[in-house]
Amino acid sequence: MNENDAPSRALRYVAPALIAAALLVAWQALVTYYAVPSYIVPAPSVVWRALVADRALLADSLEVTLGIALTALAIATIVGTAIALVFVQSRWIEMSLFPYAVLLQVTPIVAIAPLIIIWVKDTRAALVLCAVVVAIFPIISNTTLGLRSVDHGLLNLFRMCRASRWQILMRLRIPSALPYFFGGLRIASGLSLIGAVVAEFVAGTGGAGAGLAYQILLAGMQLNVPRLFAALFLIAASGVVLFAATVALSRVALARWHESETTPAG
Amino acid sequence: MLGPSGCGKTTLLNLIAGLIAPSAGTLAWWGGDFAATGTPGRRLGFVFQAPTLMPWARVAANVRLPLDLARVERSIGSREAAAALALVGLSDFAADLPRELSGGMQMRVSIARALALKPNLLLMDEPFGALDEFTRQRLDTELLGLWAGEQLTIVFVTHSIYEAVFLSTRVAVMGARPGRVIAEIAVDEPYPRSDAFRVSTKFAQICQHLSALVADAGAATRSQTIVPR
Repeated sequence: MNENDAPSRALRYVAPALIAAALLVAWQALVTYYAVPSYIVPAPSVVWRALVADRALLADSLEVTLGIALTALAIATIVGTAIALVFVQSRWIEMSLFPYAVLLQVTPIVAIAPLIIIWVKDTRAALVLCAVVVAIFPIISNTTLGLRSVDHGLLNLFRMCRASRWQILMRLRIPSALPYFFGGLRIASGLSLIGAVVAEFVAGTGGAGAGLAYQILLAGMQLNVPRLFAALFLIAASGVVLFAATVALSRVALARWHESETTPAG
Repeated sequence: MLGPSGCGKTTLLNLIAGLIAPSAGTLAWWGGDFAATGTPGRRLGFVFQAPTLMPWARVAANVRLPLDLARVERSIGSREAAAALALVGLSDFAADLPRELSGGMQMRVSIARALALKPNLLLMDEPFGALDEFTRQRLDTELLGLWAGEQLTIVFVTHSIYEAVFLSTRVAVMGARPGRVIAEIAVDEPYPRSDAFRVSTKFAQICQHLSALVADAGAATRSQTIVPR
């Protein structure tokens, strides 16, 4: 690709940052100009002050929410990959069980979260379970697809060499599935956070183990809108960081050989 | 093996390779029943139409694959793979990834992989069909050099008459529906063959003869498809 028509590396970070700055300035200006009260729309400066003032409280809540999301993501990755490995063992297994994986995906988490919270005694475990239910599907479906998307010629070559099932799995199926798996992980990272937040909204647990969702609920009831925005900002920022981390991970794993990482982004 | 598309050339190679079982008849190899598995000394190499390399593995690891799958000790495997890579003149590219090589080089890696097990029968399925004419001619010449140095038989499938005549000791012409050998001719030009053979009168005559045979095969196929049952 021509270097002139590809945006430079710096621009890829500078351009979104400029947009953010412009939006913040406009937001601040509009709120000030129309004298909007901060319990309806707080100015960015007010949100920032809330973020700084409540930093101890919000940091604790962030830790709780992130902890739930990351635990759920780890469990979804391990269990989802294991399920995908079982699925590719035979078409029969996949045909019989895949509809239930879909069922898990299409049932809204807010609808089943109350049940999970009733059934699972430990609240934290219940929240993690909810987030796992939300995050696991892309891992299962992408990894299954990847394990099946093996180059036909290579599979023939392996069979001709009388490769065992295990050799085909380790040397052919798993490497072929990696790009798909990382695609699934990218989606699951965001979903695990959404799952953690939604589940906590439903559970509505306060006290020592309160996460960001509870802070939002509470701040809403108390009309402490600046703190609500501050919590919202932290959730969004964690989502972006989680996503960026999975992108970086897939870059490290695939950069050497896969098209998605070797072709320069336009 | 020379013949039009769809006449069953690849099917024949898959039969020989044991990827599919014959619905009738037997495969005999040097007098023995080929289908009997575990025939001692049965070592096959296969080169596909595409290079079919593992994109995530370096060239050396790709060439070593058949040895790894046969659970050959790693140090021995690496040595054999390096030797096979040297045969195709790619020793300097052992640490590269397939995508860093040109199409012709990837094909040579594929040939090295097939040679790594020291096969006594090498099956090649239109290996140079996707390459440009210059690269194809160079690789044909290289292949003859390799063949002269090794104790092996090559079954080479192609739809290029020129390639068939340049490479072969015997050319079998296949017709379609039913897929069968309709003619077999010997090319009595001694090896080593040079580029001079490509422009000789003899080469042109054999090509012309084969062209007529292939055209007949095509005509036979067409008339068969028209005849109502």
